[in-house]
Amino acid sequence: MRGAPLRVYAILYLLFLYAPITLLPLFAFNDATIIAFPLSGFTTHWFTDLVANAALRQAVGNSLFIAAMTAIFATLLGLCAARAGAMARFPGKGGIIGFVMLPLVLPEIIVAVSLLIVLRQVLGLNLNNWTVISAHVLICTPFSIAILNGAFQNLDPSIEEAAMDLGESRFSAFRLVTLPLVMPGIISSMLIAFTISLDEFIIAFFLTGANPTMPVYIWGLLRFPAQLPVVMALGTILVALSVTLLIIAELFRRRGLARAGIKDTGGFL
Amino acid sequence: MTALIELKGVEKHYGDYHALRGIDLEIRAGEFFSLLGPSGCGKTTLLRTIAGLEEVSSGSIRIDGRDMKGVAANHRPTNMVFQSYAVFPHLTVAENVGFGLRRDPRGKSEKARAVEEALDMVGLAGYGKRRAHALSGGQRQRVALARALILKPKVLLLDEPLSALDRLMREQMQLELIRLQRQVGITFILVTHDQEEALVMSDRIAVMFEGEIGQLADPETLYRRPATKRVAQFIGKMNFLPGALSADRREIDIAGLGRVATADLATSGEIDGAVSVGIRPETLAILFEGETAPRREVQGVVSEVVYYGDMTYYDVRVDGIDRPLTVSMKNLIGRPVLDVGAAARLAWDERALVLLPG
Amino acid sequence: MGLGSFAKSEGGRAATLLAPPFLYALALLALPILAVVLFSFWTQDFMTIDTRFTLANYREFFDKPIYGVLLGRSLMVSGIVTLVTVLLAYPVAYFLSFHVPSHRKSLWLFLITIPFWTSYLIRVFLWKVILGYNGVINSGLVGAGIIDEPLSFILYNVNAVIITLAHAFAPFAILPIFVALEKIDRSLIEASRDLGETRLTTFFRVTLPLSMPGLVAAVLIVFIPTIGDYVTPELMGGAGGKLIANMIQTQFLQLNNAPMGAAIAMVAMVCVTAIALVFVALNRRWLRGRG
Repeated sequence: MRGAPLRVYAILYLLFLYAPITLLPLFAFNDATIIAFPLSGFTTHWFTDLVANAALRQAVGNSLFIAAMTAIFATLLGLCAARAGAMARFPGKGGIIGFVMLPLVLPEIIVAVSLLIVLRQVLGLNLNNWTVISAHVLICTPFSIAILNGAFQNLDPSIEEAAMDLGESRFSAFRLVTLPLVMPGIISSMLIAFTISLDEFIIAFFLTGANPTMPVYIWGLLRFPAQLPVVMALGTILVALSVTLLIIAELFRRRGLARAGIKDTGGFL
Repeated sequence: MTALIELKGVEKHYGDYHALRGIDLEIRAGEFFSLLGPSGCGKTTLLRTIAGLEEVSSGSIRIDGRDMKGVAANHRPTNMVFQSYAVFPHLTVAENVGFGLRRDPRGKSEKARAVEEALDMVGLAGYGKRRAHALSGGQRQRVALARALILKPKVLLLDEPLSALDRLMREQMQLELIRLQRQVGITFILVTHDQEEALVMSDRIAVMFEGEIGQLADPETLYRRPATKRVAQFIGKMNFLPGALSADRREIDIAGLGRVATADLATSGEIDGAVSVGIRPETLAILFEGETAPRREVQGVVSEVVYYGDMTYYDVRVDGIDRPLTVSMKNLIGRPVLDVGAAARLAWDERALVLLPG
Repeated sequence: MGLGSFAKSEGGRAATLLAPPFLYALALLALPILAVVLFSFWTQDFMTIDTRFTLANYREFFDKPIYGVLLGRSLMVSGIVTLVTVLLAYPVAYFLSFHVPSHRKSLWLFLITIPFWTSYLIRVFLWKVILGYNGVINSGLVGAGIIDEPLSFILYNVNAVIITLAHAFAPFAILPIFVALEKIDRSLIEASRDLGETRLTTFFRVTLPLSMPGLVAAVLIVFIPTIGDYVTPELMGGAGGKLIANMIQTQFLQLNNAPMGAAIAMVAMVCVTAIALVFVALNRRWLRGRG
């Protein structure tokens, strides 16, 4: 197939992907309550409204806490799985890794209702931030594994052996050689898990406690037309934040490749 | 000389797969020792069990009189140069070379001097500040060498260290490794699948097949008196002819060549049962116009000609032998290259024959 | 090999390392799904759960037409979304793999994945802004004098749901296809050209069959999760655009009837799994039939 028409198509496709997001800043700074064209004028008071909203501030705080915990735990579990993945086979290994990766293809509502049943009906627990965290760790771990697998598979397996041969114990060899080499992968995994958790709604809506997470709070706002410009302002900030985090994650991933002396071949997944 | 490394009945199993089957081996102090064999013969596994990177399934390994059972790689007096060199990509050359000195009680400046000396020894003086991943293959290997030698191990283990280099570089490094080994006086154990490399570099060679040692000898013995057909084929080229021993075993009747006194033949030990006779291609010669054989002669017809530049290999059919004999001839000035179908008189010498089992 | 030596061997250490993520997934995924299965055979008795085994929930599912209609609509929407997404994504993945110079590939991948990482809720809501009665498209078209009345067939119905989902799952479809295309040895394509095939026939005889694993992965990774989405139908679908996931959500959170919700979730999951398995099997047979 020829390149030129494909290139035009690919660029149109990118425009299609970006079209909705470009609307965000337009309406976030638009001086009108109704989200429609034509635009009325420039204002920043939707942003000041945003900052003044105490309930929203609390929701953001919840979400940041949940996202941070999720990032840490998902990356720890991902580290275990990815390192095991790079090591020798044992019976059932492929199946176990496949099972751990399952949440990647499972409909999120299934994860949500199954956890809701266990937590509420079976264990009789109250829903709180930790119930959301437990579910988010489950769905973020496969992403962490995918990212860290890349980091571990780029490693020469002799490198850790060389460190042990030169006098280091198994643990200090891991700490001195493997850890620095996969550190960019760890950071990029934490950022990705953080981003996923911060934005996740379908599961959080089921499992959130008395204090809603930010997406659950936004969901509530969407019902009130007067609040929509504030949502636009919040969305603008979130997109800017996500893009920043992603760029940092990507830079770390590339630095990891450069450190290991490998040519770049692809993206995150 | 006493044995520095003693292996007794070393076995290694991976499930049903037997990588090593009862290896008995003694390696002397200061020796350049090679483990030679085709891929999958267990030579790398054997090296890794000595390094402590693999545990033996049974048997014992002693280094310098000390049993190595349960001793991890980091506590063994061995260091290794890995096939991939395993140079740490996130460190500089000097940090790589000084990696093993972390627990060394010496001061910073003394360690730095030691690193400089080690780099100097492998011809990398002044490279200390470079990033490791920016080095060429040959330079990485030198870093790996310096990194191991700086710890002054009793034994240096080299796992196919030259296989990733191009031919010119490889030949240069072979000579350099020999020089280095003589300079430091450390026992070197080299794993290689390249018979030429093993012959050039080693004091002694253990040829391995399928987890067992086929023959252990110095290079010349290995070449002149291979113990089996398999060893003979792995080291150089050899023609095999069926032979029949006389009842008193004093004479042997060789297909196509005739009777020879058994005492004239080289052999590596007593042989029972069926015998073959081996002849290296370079010990046969095609006789040109006016030349006569110093000892024995046989008539044949050229069936194949392969021209190598400095040499020409001929296949010569001889009555009474199933397969043609391969003969190698130096392409001397004035000596023509024969065509297929040409008649050829072959000169041979019973002293160059090897008596082999099978 | 004894247990002790297995624990010390590399395989043993790998198994030990794999234990935490495995146990976590076992406790928070396998056991909860088992609980869903169990609940689907129980009934809600006002405020308490009646734990006698019964098929009442399943009977209700198949007796009342509403569930079947919702499930059918869900499968149809997911099917169309999958078809549209994968068809639209393939040329992009192909372009990325074959026409973008290798040092530029990661930049393109990065650009494609960025929108996916921005808040899903807000992206869905933005489509409402685009497609709405006073939305970007309608106000644009009315303003330009092309239409007099705003178009109403683009919001609060199944069409709107399909457009929004197709947009949301676009990168999911591109990545696996791209990976599969990247793995194709370029000399195979040159060999096909050398053996007399045109660009187009080479694509159908070599490139497409070799990229099939990526295509299958793309189909599954779009089809399965879209069944579980209730946000898009809730915001975009209006009354006639509700899907099975909305019903599950309603049973659990509004009607407080967990056993019925569990039964619906079970039926939906079994349907999705069955369709996915049939799809994979058909694809295998097709590939083998060619080979």
